[in-house]
Amino acid sequence: MPVKSYLVYPVAGKADELARTLRAMPECELIPATNHRLFILITDTPDERAEKALERRLLDVPSIQCLALVAAYRDEEEEPC
Amino acid sequence: MLTRREFLKRMAGAAAVTAATALAPDITFARTFLAGEEGAPAAQDDIVWDKAPCRFCGVGCGLLIGVRNGRAVAVKGDPDSPVNKGLACVKGYHAILALYGKDRLTTAYVRRNGKLEPVPVQEALDIVAQKMKETIDQYGKDAVAIYGSGQWTIPDGYVAVKLFKGLIGTNNVEANARLCMASAVVGFLTAFGLDEPMGNYADIDHADVFVLWGNNMAEMHPVLFSRMLEQRRLRPHVKIVDIATRTTRTSVAADKAILMAPQSDLALANAICYEIVRNGWVNEEFVRKHVVFKKGKTNIGYGLEDNFTFKDELTDISFEEYVAYLQDYTPERVSAMSGVPVEEIKFLAALYGDPNKKVTTFWCMGVNQHVRGTWMNNLIYNIHLLTGKISEPGNSPFSLTGQPSACGTVREVGTLTQRLPGGPVTSEKARKQAAEIWNVPVEQIPDKPTYHTVEMFRALDRGEIRFMWIQVTNPMVTLPKLRRYRNGALKEGRFIVVSDAYFTPTTDVADVILPSAMWIEREGFFGNSERRTQHWNKMVEPPGEAMSDSWQLIEVARRLGYEKWFPWSEEEHVRAIWEEYRQFHANPKHNMAPYEELKRRPGVMWPFVNGKETLWRYNAKYDPVAAEKSKDFYFYGKPEGKAWLIFRPYEPPAEVPDEEYPFWLSTGRVLEHWHTGSMTRRIPVLHRSMPHAYVELHPDDARELGIRHGDLVRVVSRRGEIVLPAAVNFRGIPARGMVFVPFFDETMLINEVTLDAFCPLSKEPDYKKCAVRVERVSS
Repeated sequence: MPVKSYLVYPVAGKADELARTLRAMPECELIPATNHRLFILITDTPDERAEKALERRLLDVPSIQCLALVAAYRDEEEEPC
Repeated sequence: MLTRREFLKRMAGAAAVTAATALAPDITFARTFLAGEEGAPAAQDDIVWDKAPCRFCGVGCGLLIGVRNGRAVAVKGDPDSPVNKGLACVKGYHAILALYGKDRLTTAYVRRNGKLEPVPVQEALDIVAQKMKETIDQYGKDAVAIYGSGQWTIPDGYVAVKLFKGLIGTNNVEANARLCMASAVVGFLTAFGLDEPMGNYADIDHADVFVLWGNNMAEMHPVLFSRMLEQRRLRPHVKIVDIATRTTRTSVAADKAILMAPQSDLALANAICYEIVRNGWVNEEFVRKHVVFKKGKTNIGYGLEDNFTFKDELTDISFEEYVAYLQDYTPERVSAMSGVPVEEIKFLAALYGDPNKKVTTFWCMGVNQHVRGTWMNNLIYNIHLLTGKISEPGNSPFSLTGQPSACGTVREVGTLTQRLPGGPVTSEKARKQAAEIWNVPVEQIPDKPTYHTVEMFRALDRGEIRFMWIQVTNPMVTLPKLRRYRNGALKEGRFIVVSDAYFTPTTDVADVILPSAMWIEREGFFGNSERRTQHWNKMVEPPGEAMSDSWQLIEVARRLGYEKWFPWSEEEHVRAIWEEYRQFHANPKHNMAPYEELKRRPGVMWPFVNGKETLWRYNAKYDPVAAEKSKDFYFYGKPEGKAWLIFRPYEPPAEVPDEEYPFWLSTGRVLEHWHTGSMTRRIPVLHRSMPHAYVELHPDDARELGIRHGDLVRVVSRRGEIVLPAAVNFRGIPARGMVFVPFFDETMLINEVTLDAFCPLSKEPDYKKCAVRVERVSS
């Protein structure tokens, strides 16, 4: 059951579109910076397969300029992935 | 009640906030993930929480550690800690993972026929004791030595000092804080007669101006940096000025970033004083009442030769003579040598000189790791003393430490060759006090220092030291001019014991390796940069046969026949050691809090007098010792009650770039890794974030050399060479003609290249200045 956090940079002028897209994904929680064009994305998926599938979908989001993984945890092992 | 899953999401979110803050220090988010918010309870599910100071830098952030089923599973910032107020940085949030590296040492090893073989710890301890005894019998007591660190807990350092200085009778005790804080110590002692800052972190809440001098706080002290940025947000007139030799994340977040040529800080500080005097900004009443003027010896050398000795002599000068010395440091002249524009020098002087601005200066390794590190500390005090901006909220010259207990263990316990817990070994009073508390004959405690760190490893190379026990540090990564000292340790007839939690380049030279219990696997105390002592309980069991460093020392001491001096049980020894140790400081200038008080509170600052912390020393409003003598300030570390303003001139570094080696080399740390990376490189998130070292170049230098980001580059000095990838426009940008390499990566040892020149007063090496050439190897 992976939990991951990312820093997400939007393509210039596409921050709102990016926020809408990610908020529509049930595995995603999005926290915008209030003074920079940068988001924190926290993902919560039931298993590795779902996690990989979500990763592929994220990489296909055209309004993402850069997606940087920061932290990753697997609940059942209490250790980082 | 939070679910564990929600808790993990908060952990992940907190790590992301920290990473984002490292990229853009002023960033704020619509939601935070810090402890204590949104009704976060003290316990989630079956997690039990307990407090501990972070062990990954000198700030001393209070953490709450969550333990479930005997395993540390969660971390959050302690909202009750006045240090960090619930914040933590990326290293702090992941600190518990350092306990659980896959290759954690769980048993001892002994080298037999050139190979390390696992053995039971008790057998290894027998061998250590036997070898110590044989070495003392054959070569004398000064042939054995112990080398620890500012990550030693206070009990660890105390047991080491008692065993080696009080019982064996050698001053061969040193710690790696010599490599990072010794210049600060001698700076304090020369100027004020007593070590450690007069102020505390609450200065951040009062200062109008922060001058950061040789100190990349955004990466090295991120939580304090966040507190500073928060003050700037709350009080928009607050300004941050960064003075450095490379552009860092700190520079980017500062209101003003000033780049200076290496070593020119000495001249720059004097130029600021020159301008303060010229403009009539001297606080004349403060100076008349509280300052005396001195000067010391000049042309003092660099310690490059074995057995180098130096003794300073400070002589009185008048204010007028001091002003005459400053005439060599006009802004115009200093601008020419430092590269800092005249108007920026005047700007700095005006900040310090403005009587309506409270100024806090923070500094760390750029000032301390310097062939004139003590001088540079003195010069910063000179600025604050001339303007009377000292020892009151917001007016604070504040030397930051790098390690969690460089202050608590190394400086206060005295794990340096020249120190005892109560004073210098040369002081009969300090020796008598130690002899009385330890119940040993006073003549058993030697009255002369032996070897400071660099000289100790030179003595190992020369064969004067035959046995060395290294605990909780990794000198085979951190010593300058490393090859000589590694070869010395490997010579025939040397016996090296290493206590550590993981295999490192230092265990590679060990004859015996002892597995150490880490941090919350044992009870302990650390002392941070602001005189705050912090206690923590043992929270989890150490793996296998791992044992605390202090208990390893006690086991060996007992085998050497010193049972009666270490009579305590394993369960009670930390409390007993604390109560014995605090007798050394039982006076209102340094009184330490009792055990129960420390156990209960998130740290207590000393001097702890009549149940109260002394927040600003030497100030009668806050310090009862000063109040006995004065209505405002009294610098009671000096016999006359006045601080010493010591004129120190500019002198060149030990090595400067030339045609063959045209670049300056500076070394340092990065946000993600603690020191040599032996712990943080085993934390997957941190390792992935910063997987290897690199050499930073200025983009124009890189272009001229045909080097692109990621190319492999050879960095060569007169001592050695290494190959590592180039970093252009990456984490920091050095000035033209300079390169920077972090030292955390044991696979790319930059200290093969560095020079073992040191400050003749503090004996602290200069890791910031030597000459190298840079060659492209391949893309």
